[in-house]
Amino acid sequence: MSVSLSGQLINLLAALLLLIAFAMLSQRRVLSLINLFAWQGVVLTISTLVVAMSTQQQHLYYSAALTLVLKVIILPWILHRLIRKLNVKWDVETLINIPTTMLVGIMLVIFAFNLALPITQLAGTITRSTLGIAIAIVLLSFLMMLTRRKAIPQVIGFLAMENGLFFAATSATYGMPLVVELGIALDVLVGMFILGIFFFQIRETFDSLDLRHMEKLKDE
Amino acid sequence: MEILWLLGMPLFGGIFLATVGCRRFAPEVNAVFSFATFIAAAVLTTRIINDGPITAFDEQFFIDSFNVFLVALTAFVAFTTSLFSRPYMRIEQHHGRLTINMLRLYHSMYQLFTFTMLLALTTNNMGIMWVAMEAATLTTVLLVSLYRTPASLEAAWKYFILCGVGIAQALFGTILLYFAAERVLGPGGDSLLWTHLNAVKTQLEPTVLSLAFVFLLVGYGTKVGLAPLHNWLPDAHAEGPTPVSAVLSGLLLNVALYAVVRSKVLADGALGTNFAGNLMMGFGLLSVVVAAFFLSRQKDVKRMFAYSSIEHMGLVTFAFGMGGAVATFAGLLHMTVHSLTKSAIFFAVGHATQTTGTQLMENIRGLIKQSPTIGWGLMLGTLAILGMPPFGVFASEFLILTTAMHSHPWATPILLLALGVAFASIFAKVQPMVFGETDLPRLPHPPALVPVFVHLALVLLLGLFIPPYLAGWYQQAAALLGK
Repeated sequence: MSVSLSGQLINLLAALLLLIAFAMLSQRRVLSLINLFAWQGVVLTISTLVVAMSTQQQHLYYSAALTLVLKVIILPWILHRLIRKLNVKWDVETLINIPTTMLVGIMLVIFAFNLALPITQLAGTITRSTLGIAIAIVLLSFLMMLTRRKAIPQVIGFLAMENGLFFAATSATYGMPLVVELGIALDVLVGMFILGIFFFQIRETFDSLDLRHMEKLKDE
Repeated sequence: MEILWLLGMPLFGGIFLATVGCRRFAPEVNAVFSFATFIAAAVLTTRIINDGPITAFDEQFFIDSFNVFLVALTAFVAFTTSLFSRPYMRIEQHHGRLTINMLRLYHSMYQLFTFTMLLALTTNNMGIMWVAMEAATLTTVLLVSLYRTPASLEAAWKYFILCGVGIAQALFGTILLYFAAERVLGPGGDSLLWTHLNAVKTQLEPTVLSLAFVFLLVGYGTKVGLAPLHNWLPDAHAEGPTPVSAVLSGLLLNVALYAVVRSKVLADGALGTNFAGNLMMGFGLLSVVVAAFFLSRQKDVKRMFAYSSIEHMGLVTFAFGMGGAVATFAGLLHMTVHSLTKSAIFFAVGHATQTTGTQLMENIRGLIKQSPTIGWGLMLGTLAILGMPPFGVFASEFLILTTAMHSHPWATPILLLALGVAFASIFAKVQPMVFGETDLPRLPHPPALVPVFVHLALVLLLGLFIPPYLAGWYQQAAALLGK
């Protein structure tokens, strides 16, 4: 694949990722949120593959495969199972002020590009222009975690943030060393299992996954 | 070889206890595994002291006098805590707060938690260090929520989310570090090895490294409990079982600070300025002050001592931030004595709350009448942590303050004021808890107070006299860190 074509492709995919991040920010349905998260995984896999093909980095093929298995198949599957078992499949969250959140999101994107500027200038990768987008995804996911009041959307925000970090690693350096990526994947997977158990504990105790019940511990 | 033992013991113990953790003898098995880990750590320590730094398994592990000292401390406190948890958890079970399955989870996770901390300490790979730190959070989330009370679930959720977000920053910092390293060392797994990074630290790109250090400090600093990122800490300490509070406070905070200090060494080399140190001093000082003023408003005894941990970790961060041989020496000493004293206090507090059935300080009275050992344990531990001579905390705080007076005179009055406020608030609350009237019954199992007094005796010893080999060891470590 020629460098300019793959460069364009990567930029297109990065733009798609940013779009998905904004869509997640405004999505109120838990079910659609999980699907969006899975799509984010799909785009991430494709972009990693494109980078792998155009740069011939062997280990990027592995990390693309890892992303596909973990973020497109296993994690969405676990999340789907969880919302089915917890009976929150059709949950709709009332989000206040979606336009304001979007505006804040746009500000964050501008900030992210500024933050990435000194690093992009130093980077020699073909993907360097996407680093700003990667940081933007991290920040948008963080914003999503802040605006959500329910446990599952908050966790999806957390996972999306990890996606953004993964994308940042591919943009700036063609991915972290494989052993580290495997370790991170293991942590994410174990974390998901633990959260699964934890959701049931929360529901058993509070009869809901609404985090408003969990704001008692404060220093007066 | 010792490293294999050191890491294999708790890992195998965690898996083994997951299968037999519901048996009657599980607490003993837990203690045996912790003891074996401690032996491995002791053997490793002697080797490092005699032979100097080593790398193992294709340089994936790196042990020098700085981390071996933390390995020894971690293994020791993990062992004594497992001794304390033996009767403690039996009493909790007797009181009906825990079921047999919860105990199985507890024992298994306790060992795995020890494993993740030791892995974070011994690994040479900054990426694996991140993985281990995150795993340490994961293993303790379910321990914090062990009692399944609303408050404990909330605390565990907060712990998970805040530490998760925090540690995500550290991952970004690690990515940036790798980015800088790749340009010098070339791509591949070896570029994140700390020894390799340390060898080329002066060639690393300064702008990237300063950015990376900020992210690493904020990320790992969340786990250290530095203000203003400390919100998870008091909740997690107050709501989890007391042995978990003891290891969180005594060990995990140290391990997280270890990660910060390792990053600081690299940042210092690349930048050639005191940027990293100044940041650490700022965060440290803020933590000391914030914690000191929150201390006086606490009602829950475990919460209060959790804030005291924030204060002391702030002090150590400040000391490492100042840099230089003396301050680093004092920081290492303070890490040691804080771990020992704070876990001893948590042991005493744990039994005190079990006898009175409450963590509210106003309802705990007359411990000394009901059980002189618990009462004296708490009283002496409190005096030690408040920095009264002749305990070791006094020695390290004195060193930190005098160094600050030389190099950063403006910070000394702030520190002294914060320490004074902390003294007044803690002492005023502990004194009536220990002395005072009570008519409470005794505990159903004899409390484990040997660990309390062993720890306090060690702290006393470190205050009166630091054995020459230990002093040499600290000096070696301090020389490694403080230029």
